[in-house]
Amino acid sequence: MHAAPPERPFCEEELLASVIADLIGDVRHVAVGNASPIPATAALLARERGGGRPYVSLLQSRKHNFFTSGGVELFDCAGQGRIDVFFLSGGQIDGQGNINLVNIGEHDKPSVRFPGSFGSGYLYYVVPKVILFRVEHSRRTLVPKVDFISAPGTSPDHVHRTGGPVALVTNRCAFSFDRARRRFRLQSVHPGHSVEEIIAETGFDFDCPSDVGETPAPDAATLQTMRERVAPELAEVYPRFAERVFGIACGKPASRAVSA
Amino acid sequence: MAAIRPLDDALSAIEDGCLLAVPREVSGVAMEATRALIRRAVRRLHLVTLPTSSLQADLLIGAGCVETLETSAVSMGEFGPAPRFTAAMTAGTLKTRDATCPAIYAALQAAEKGIPFMPLRGLIGSDLMAHRSEWRTIDNPYANGDPIVLLPAIKPDVALFHAPMADRDGNVWIGRQRDLATLAHAAARTIVTVETLHEGDLLADPTLAAGTLPGFYVDAVAVAERGAWPLPLPDRYPADGAHLAEYMKRAATPEGFARYLQDFVHARRAA
Repeated sequence: MHAAPPERPFCEEELLASVIADLIGDVRHVAVGNASPIPATAALLARERGGGRPYVSLLQSRKHNFFTSGGVELFDCAGQGRIDVFFLSGGQIDGQGNINLVNIGEHDKPSVRFPGSFGSGYLYYVVPKVILFRVEHSRRTLVPKVDFISAPGTSPDHVHRTGGPVALVTNRCAFSFDRARRRFRLQSVHPGHSVEEIIAETGFDFDCPSDVGETPAPDAATLQTMRERVAPELAEVYPRFAERVFGIACGKPASRAVSA
Repeated sequence: MAAIRPLDDALSAIEDGCLLAVPREVSGVAMEATRALIRRAVRRLHLVTLPTSSLQADLLIGAGCVETLETSAVSMGEFGPAPRFTAAMTAGTLKTRDATCPAIYAALQAAEKGIPFMPLRGLIGSDLMAHRSEWRTIDNPYANGDPIVLLPAIKPDVALFHAPMADRDGNVWIGRQRDLATLAHAAARTIVTVETLHEGDLLADPTLAAGTLPGFYVDAVAVAERGAWPLPLPDRYPADGAHLAEYMKRAATPEGFARYLQDFVHARRAA
């Protein structure tokens, strides 16, 4: 799944990072949490394109992390609206945007246990643009109803909520999320995939416009920025990812030729 | 005032059944001390992680030291799911109090302030609430129709972490790892392992003083060189990826995990 087809000059990770970088848009501060190498690539790409803005805080990084008051500072910032974009995933994600990072089956003796909710039980409510991200697009991951709600996609009107999901990016497509209707809408189909396949592989109902287009491929300049400028920075936090996708080791330039 | 003590002696305050609070992987985890606790066969710990954990929780759980785990997540990051945590959960042998990161910070901040609870946004509508009867939703008394969740304070018996250096008065330099200060402020006792002793007064130099935890929070300091190994110590050394990969391989089965403990914990072959 990681090798680029011969006719395509980019790999799946590069396409997804490019899609997410476009979704980030013109904002001031993007934070990236645990186990999110592709969102981290996207955030650093957005920063390179913006000449140093937005601020990007990779929460596991020493270098790409502005916080000087510990973890409390991130959550205090988010509570005030000082974090514009965050990324969340889920072992399961359902059609109402609910995410499950805890378990499948009974809570006390589950059949599958995921790591845990991380910051989702708070950040999903208070970060204006939460981009959901799950590479594996299947009926196993995109389900009609999650087994455990780590954080709900939407809240009743009387519950304080300044944030929530805006999109869901997978290895097959990008969805947008309509908060008023509490539903996903197919936004674009990645090259090499089809609407029929996406319907077949998605466990929840979603809006499917008749004129849905193909996800734009990353252009040569985007690929060059990602490989030459972003990849070396990633290696500090995601050494295994940086080596696998970009062929670089920590502190060394990319060995992969920029041929796009 | 903290005494500089041998490691096993410094850890004596961590008794069976104690509420032990520890930091996340990138803040400075006292791994050499963790191995010492496993050698001592500490039992029934109520382990609170600020706010997540990786190898430390997985080792303690696998070694049978933990009765209750209060965490926002346990994961080996790029190496994958934490094997002994996952096995204990699916076997139903570990009690968990699942949280979300800011809830653990907020509950410790309540303890720092000496107040009984802290309000937190979010959480309403999450199934986390269904499993935490002590988390209560109230109406904001200063507004109409604004529900908000209250979290009772978490007051650890002991906080345990690793830092770059301490001086002989027990002042500990933590740099920008302010989570370590949150732990020490909240806990009844704090035990710190350090890479080195600093000759002189950490509070005398203003550039060091700003990143220094005053000794009056600290009950014991032990020197443990490379004491976070195989986890990283910020600005000092990175994680030992080869060792963590080896751990993942061995800890995939109970037998392999037992051999790991034998080779790297009981045989004191660490670092």
